[in-house]
Amino acid sequence: MNGSSTGRQRRLVAAVLAVAAATTAAWLVAGSAAAAHRDAITLTVDVFGDFGYHDLYKQYEAAHPGITIKEDSEDYAAHHTALAQHLATGAGADDIEAIEVGYIAQFAAQPQNFVDLRQYGAAELKSRYPAWKWDQAVARNGAVIGLGTDVGSLGICYRTDLFRKAGLPTDPSTLGKMWPTWSKFLAVGRTFQKKMGSRIKFIDSGSNLYNAIIGQANPAYYDASGNVIAAGNPKVKAAWNLTMRAIALGEDKGLAAFSNDWNTGFKKGTFATVTCPAWMMGYIQGQAPATKGKWNIAPVPGGGGNWGGSFLAVSKQSQHPAEAADLVKFLTSPASELYVFQHTGNLSSEIPVLKSKAVQSFRNPFFSNAPVGKIFANSALKLKPQILGPHQGDFQTAASNAIQRVEQHKQSPDASWKQFLKDVASAS
Amino acid sequence: MTSATTSAVAAARGGRATRWLRRVDAKVSPYLYVTPFFAVFGVFGLFPLGYTAYISLTDRNLLDPVSRFVGLHNYALLIHDSYFWNAVENTFGIWFLSTVPQLSLALVIAHLLNTRLRARTFFRMAVLLPQVTSLVAVALIFTQMFGHDYGFVNYLLGQVGIHKVYWEAGRLSSWIALSVMVMWRWTGYNALIYLAAMQSIPEELYEAAAVDGARRWRQFVHVTVPMLRPTIIFTVIVSTIGGLQLFTEPYLFQPRASGGTGGSARQYQTIVMYLYEKFLGSTQFKFGYAAAIAWCLVLLIALFGLVNYLVVSRIRSAEP
Repeated sequence: MNGSSTGRQRRLVAAVLAVAAATTAAWLVAGSAAAAHRDAITLTVDVFGDFGYHDLYKQYEAAHPGITIKEDSEDYAAHHTALAQHLATGAGADDIEAIEVGYIAQFAAQPQNFVDLRQYGAAELKSRYPAWKWDQAVARNGAVIGLGTDVGSLGICYRTDLFRKAGLPTDPSTLGKMWPTWSKFLAVGRTFQKKMGSRIKFIDSGSNLYNAIIGQANPAYYDASGNVIAAGNPKVKAAWNLTMRAIALGEDKGLAAFSNDWNTGFKKGTFATVTCPAWMMGYIQGQAPATKGKWNIAPVPGGGGNWGGSFLAVSKQSQHPAEAADLVKFLTSPASELYVFQHTGNLSSEIPVLKSKAVQSFRNPFFSNAPVGKIFANSALKLKPQILGPHQGDFQTAASNAIQRVEQHKQSPDASWKQFLKDVASAS
Repeated sequence: MTSATTSAVAAARGGRATRWLRRVDAKVSPYLYVTPFFAVFGVFGLFPLGYTAYISLTDRNLLDPVSRFVGLHNYALLIHDSYFWNAVENTFGIWFLSTVPQLSLALVIAHLLNTRLRARTFFRMAVLLPQVTSLVAVALIFTQMFGHDYGFVNYLLGQVGIHKVYWEAGRLSSWIALSVMVMWRWTGYNALIYLAAMQSIPEELYEAAAVDGARRWRQFVHVTVPMLRPTIIFTVIVSTIGGLQLFTEPYLFQPRASGGTGGSARQYQTIVMYLYEKFLGSTQFKFGYAAAIAWCLVLLIALFGLVNYLVVSRIRSAEP
């Protein structure tokens, strides 16, 4: 037993050593092979929804061999909370992160998390943007943490068939002249409701109306020094009063934007108008493809408007900040933004693109061939939007809830307004 | 003797080294076997508990690495926070509406499954099916069903002439909708637990009760339920722990992009939802405050679990 077992043991040990040696050798060889490919870079881009960049990635990869681009997308809220988590834990952020205007002030308040794009020549791009758009992504220490992508802009999307039934004109410029102010807009609504009864309402959602009105107020919730002025600002109260009047006049369907009933409302035609940023065109087309040709877009009361708009930032966690910054500059270049507008509908925030012939003459067949390029571009160019602050999003939530409470008959307008002010104070 | 036997005898006699090794083995290896579990628990269970407690004593903001030690200030704020107590009320309300009918129904279902049904195994498996489905999918579908204008439930109510209910907007109506979701998911699971316990009740007890003149219902009350007392205590405690942490269903019940407040008047915002809103769901990113909410939840669960235990243990024990 002894002799053979020792021999077997010895052979076993020898076999194990041989395998170990072979594995190590193979690993070293593979390691050096990998070293040869080490200049291959993968850039990761994290967006929400659809930014329309897929073809642009292919263009960039073709022009820059060795670079591969991978995109992740989540929905709006999940994207931003995930970004906050990744920044807090110091790992997990992609090279390029999209940040929407509702969160940009929060993130710009912590510029140490992002690469200052002035290091990569961003300062020369400043003149391309309206000043307000550029400033939204500038931190207090002057660092430029993001380059603007799109701007929401604002029009009024309306159902031409419902307007016709109510005896209203359906031509956008006529309507634009009929409602230069929000009060006149509500007056048109009264005419509409008188004819149409109470099943179909003029306005989809009080919150959408309020957001459009408050979006034109400057200053609104914050003043230039960063103080919260919501309680004493007559513009905020005026927006609130207009919304309450719309509800009192029975013009408001009372839906919550992006809720199931709101989505179905597009299909079933339960409301006639929707405050419409450029990206809403794609949304309506997705929700109610059967209503093609029944929509048109008119100018928004009160001058320009804005709802949404984003930025691309390079996170400090990126291993390839120079390449990422270059990709950001490519994606936000006028040519890329024009391409996105023509194929996805997101409207550029850059002045040369907004003024370009290609945008100004663009028409959308889904929306009765409305000159959507001109409408949205002019709305964006005319806009003097409000100063944003870090807790903007919470104030918007408080306002939406306050309006919904009135719509759902849970509180009187006065009680709801008081609670709104309390919520604003506690969120500041 | 052959060399084989020599070595065997030598081993049996045990050199001192072997004996010592065997003693150590007997003493130490049980601890070594449980170490992996406790190591993982220490890292993923104990450490976060302690770290959260530490964070709750600071004013840490998620995006800002600098924070100050503020002692019990967060807890003091919490006591005066009407939205926190609103969340507590919502959580307990939804818990009560979902757990009491659920466990009663589970008992009845278990009793039925214990009888001589045809296709018994099929029913026993079918009753567990809701457990297996994805929580998110269930919440989304039920939210659709409880929609105001186009929901299936309102459609059915309309068929019997009842006016449309705005489930999401009302307080009690939203609690009912959420309780339905929770009951749908957990009744079968609890029924099977009761069933397993029921099957260990000896037949003689039922026979003795029948001899004493007890009908089916009295047998149920005086034999089955006392014998199930430990099981009922178990399910109540587990439901308490799980139910007070309710998050996914009410979170997905909200209209999308609605801001995480659990309804326009926070009518169905649970404690965990409020924690999430303070921590990640708004622009507040209040890490310290959310940690304080988390620890208050632990205390609430422990307290309420104890209360429930004391209530349920008043079921007359089966021991004479």
